[in-house]
Amino acid sequence: MGKNQPDLLPGTLDMLILKTLTRAPLHGYGIAQSIKRLSDDVLTVEEGSLYPALQRLLLQGWVKAEWKMTDTRRRARYYTLTAAGRKQLGLELSQFEQVIGAIGRVLRDAEA
Amino acid sequence: MANLIHFARRLTILFRRRRFGSELDEEMAFHREQAEREYIAAGMKAEDARFAALRSFGNAARIREKSAEVAGFHIEGMVQDLRFAFRQLRKNPGFAITAVLILALGIGAGAAIFAFVDAALIKPLPYADPARLARITESDAAVGLANISYPDYVDWKRLNHVFAAMDVFTGAAYSLRTPSGTQNIPGVRVSTGFFRTLGVTPALGRDFREGEDLPGAPGTMMLTYGAWQRRFSGRADVIGQSVNLSGENFTIIGVLPRGFEFALRGNADFWAPLQPTSECEKRRDCHSLYAVGRLKDGVTMKSAQAEMQSIAQKLEIRYPDSNRGRGASIVPLADAMVGNVRPMLLVLLGGAALLLLIACVNVASLLLVRSESRRREIAVRGALGASPARLSCQFVIEALVLAAGGCAFGLGIADALMRILKGLVSTDMMAAMPYLDGLSINAHVLAFAAVVALLAAGLFSLLPIRHLSCSDLREGLAAGGRGSTGNLWRRMGANLVVIELATAIVLLSGAGLLGKSLYRLLHVELGFAPDHLATISVSLPDAAFPQDSQLVEFVRQLTDRVDALPGVRSAGVTNALPASCSCNTDWIRLVGRPYNGVHLTVVERRVSAGFFSTLQTRLLGGRYFTDTETAQTPQVVIVNRTFARKFFPGEDAVGKQFGDPQLTPKSIEQIVGVVDDFKEEALDEEVDPAIYKPYIEDTSNSFSLMVRTSRDEKALLPELARIVQEINPSAGTDSPATMMERIDGSQVAYLHRSMASLVGAFAAIALLLGAVGIYGIVAYSVSRRTQEIGVRMALGAERGAVCRLILKEAGVLIGAGTALGIAGAIAAALPIRKLLFGVQAWDAPTLIGVALVLAGVAFAASLIPARRAASVDPTEALRAE
Repeated sequence: MGKNQPDLLPGTLDMLILKTLTRAPLHGYGIAQSIKRLSDDVLTVEEGSLYPALQRLLLQGWVKAEWKMTDTRRRARYYTLTAAGRKQLGLELSQFEQVIGAIGRVLRDAEA
Repeated sequence: MANLIHFARRLTILFRRRRFGSELDEEMAFHREQAEREYIAAGMKAEDARFAALRSFGNAARIREKSAEVAGFHIEGMVQDLRFAFRQLRKNPGFAITAVLILALGIGAGAAIFAFVDAALIKPLPYADPARLARITESDAAVGLANISYPDYVDWKRLNHVFAAMDVFTGAAYSLRTPSGTQNIPGVRVSTGFFRTLGVTPALGRDFREGEDLPGAPGTMMLTYGAWQRRFSGRADVIGQSVNLSGENFTIIGVLPRGFEFALRGNADFWAPLQPTSECEKRRDCHSLYAVGRLKDGVTMKSAQAEMQSIAQKLEIRYPDSNRGRGASIVPLADAMVGNVRPMLLVLLGGAALLLLIACVNVASLLLVRSESRRREIAVRGALGASPARLSCQFVIEALVLAAGGCAFGLGIADALMRILKGLVSTDMMAAMPYLDGLSINAHVLAFAAVVALLAAGLFSLLPIRHLSCSDLREGLAAGGRGSTGNLWRRMGANLVVIELATAIVLLSGAGLLGKSLYRLLHVELGFAPDHLATISVSLPDAAFPQDSQLVEFVRQLTDRVDALPGVRSAGVTNALPASCSCNTDWIRLVGRPYNGVHLTVVERRVSAGFFSTLQTRLLGGRYFTDTETAQTPQVVIVNRTFARKFFPGEDAVGKQFGDPQLTPKSIEQIVGVVDDFKEEALDEEVDPAIYKPYIEDTSNSFSLMVRTSRDEKALLPELARIVQEINPSAGTDSPATMMERIDGSQVAYLHRSMASLVGAFAAIALLLGAVGIYGIVAYSVSRRTQEIGVRMALGAERGAVCRLILKEAGVLIGAGTALGIAGAIAAALPIRKLLFGVQAWDAPTLIGVALVLAGVAFAASLIPARRAASVDPTEALRAE
């Protein structure tokens, strides 16, 4: 509402979540915050997309979830990257770079 | 493998969905709390922070639903929708009951007819590899299909290279002494390889052995399963038992399996080897047999036909006297068995399909009206966040519930209908259609009903989904919303009604044509009065009547005693009853005419002196027989009018002579009388030239007795059987029936009657549904136009004018439906043309009558809402705005 923020590129949310989880297990809120912080508030993950996406990743077996206590003694569900998830991330990253590279070349060519 | 794990995970979630939900809730609550904390840390007030967190989080229920959609099977939503669908239908029982009943009628009629089609046309015959079996007969230019003679069979079997096996069969009547008198039991005589050719092995005992069909071999026989149960109470020790049939002993060697049937001789109990001992079976020109053959691998019916035809031609050259003009005819055995009912069943299936169509269209338009009135509900649900897919899913589920209900009730109706239809089949007819014996709702019928129900459900869900996708939410929410969408519905509904009316016309005209055809058939010019005639078949076993003179004496005694019964006017015997078949033909050659080798084929009957007076035929010239006619030369013969006209045009046939194709002196016959034509043939056949010889000259041991009485002919039947038994206890009787019963129960009348009545019933239902359909659309249109009508009346329109306005709208639909229907009816009548008797497919009176009936009924149905429109109170209608 009035916020002028670019939308996430379609299909990149899964990749971002997986990437975020490479450092440490995080809960849903943590994932959203981490993406927001790392992108300097450019990318906002809508909760309406985050939780369905997490379910999708769980179903694919790319992440696993367990309930743990937070630092503030609160129960939260933490997501951990699995080996399959790591492999998937590599795959998606290389595809993404290919696409970005291609787009870049097209744009440069158009400018010149 | 990956899919399997995937599926397993989904299953886990499904079974632990409560936990799945609560975990998700907890996770989201945690998320909100964290966000709230963040806002507070940034300096917001606690209250504001909570709302901000809530706002930024969005619709929790939606997220939950979406997450569940990703992970689950959508089961929960479907269960919800299902419950909702039931609640909706319960809330509106009138709609639900009507829709389910209409659908059940359609599916029931369709499934019942399909069950018959399945039993007769789809289910394979109970033989090994039935597709390779053929019926082999001779063919004759004059009579078409003809039986095969024993010497021809032997040559055909020896000379052909296309059949791995070939065997013959012919019907037989065996007289069996039972405690309740001597009975004629239908049987079949077969060559010994018959069951091996069919690929049938006995359930008990053994098959016939080679050589058991040679003259002089000891008598053996096999029983059908039914006969074994009925006559021998299913005892295993019947094998080896000896039974006296027609004065000869037959040893029971085997019992046929339970599922065995042979439609070409369906009522046979006893099967015995065919020993070619009779006079007829020694002659090449006496045709009494049918053959079945099993094609060699890789041989087609067509190449078999070609080979058999060339063999027949060789025999024709070799035996010109007996085989001239005799070809061969090869038909798949299945076609020979069900060929007569196939066109009828297909017509009925077509009729049932039309009824099903009309039922589906009717329910679909009901659903359309309902979806129209549910526009607001749908719009509200959409506004509250239901996705289009979810809304569509609701319609699909409702359609499935309706279709399932219709299917379940429809199968009940089908079951009842099948029982009724089967009950209508007489025992004789059933014997000719043994494949109907196991008729029931089997897997095929269930699958048929399920597929039809699924298709119907597809139609029912597609229509409202399409309909609603054309409308937008805002319009649906507007209270008085009745803009373009109402018109759209009216167009769609109007199209449906036109389809309904057109279909009803097609069915009505089909019923009209078939009904007219049945009437013509039953009132066909017989040439004799069929009322007050009692008939019974008698057979005298050779063993008890070795001399021909004994047979003659028996017939004389019988007719004398029957004549003496009170009320009896006259009695006569014949070897084949009138109005039954054009069987028993003979070849003749006219004396004193040039002969080019072409046989003249005539129907031949041997009758007693009382035959003509019993039938009350009209003598056109010459005289009838007397009882004192003896074996004189030339023998005397009476011919019918067709014979006289065809062979002696413009001449007096009386006094003319004819003989067999060789004109052997003892075959010469002299015509002493010409009788007016009457039907020897089946009702739908033309009268052929016929000759009548005195029974005394050429006596056979089985004949039919015909009695004309002034009293109730039905009551006479047991009396006749009793007298036969009294004269000689070893004489057997069967098929006692009045002539009216024979005509009404004949196969051709039965086929016509069942088609006419079934299609008639379909048409009646179609007419009703069509009337309901047009009533519905006009009533709906009136309800939508109430305000417009109010305005018109306020501006001075008269009630009559309003009524006409509405009727004009209905008239356009009725006109379109009728025109389309007539075109469809003519197109549909072309394939049933061959089944009609005495009526053209484009019979104008029928078509006009049908159109008038439908238009009248439809008009009457639209008059009700039109009058309601005319009685609208303008002030009230305008105030409702």
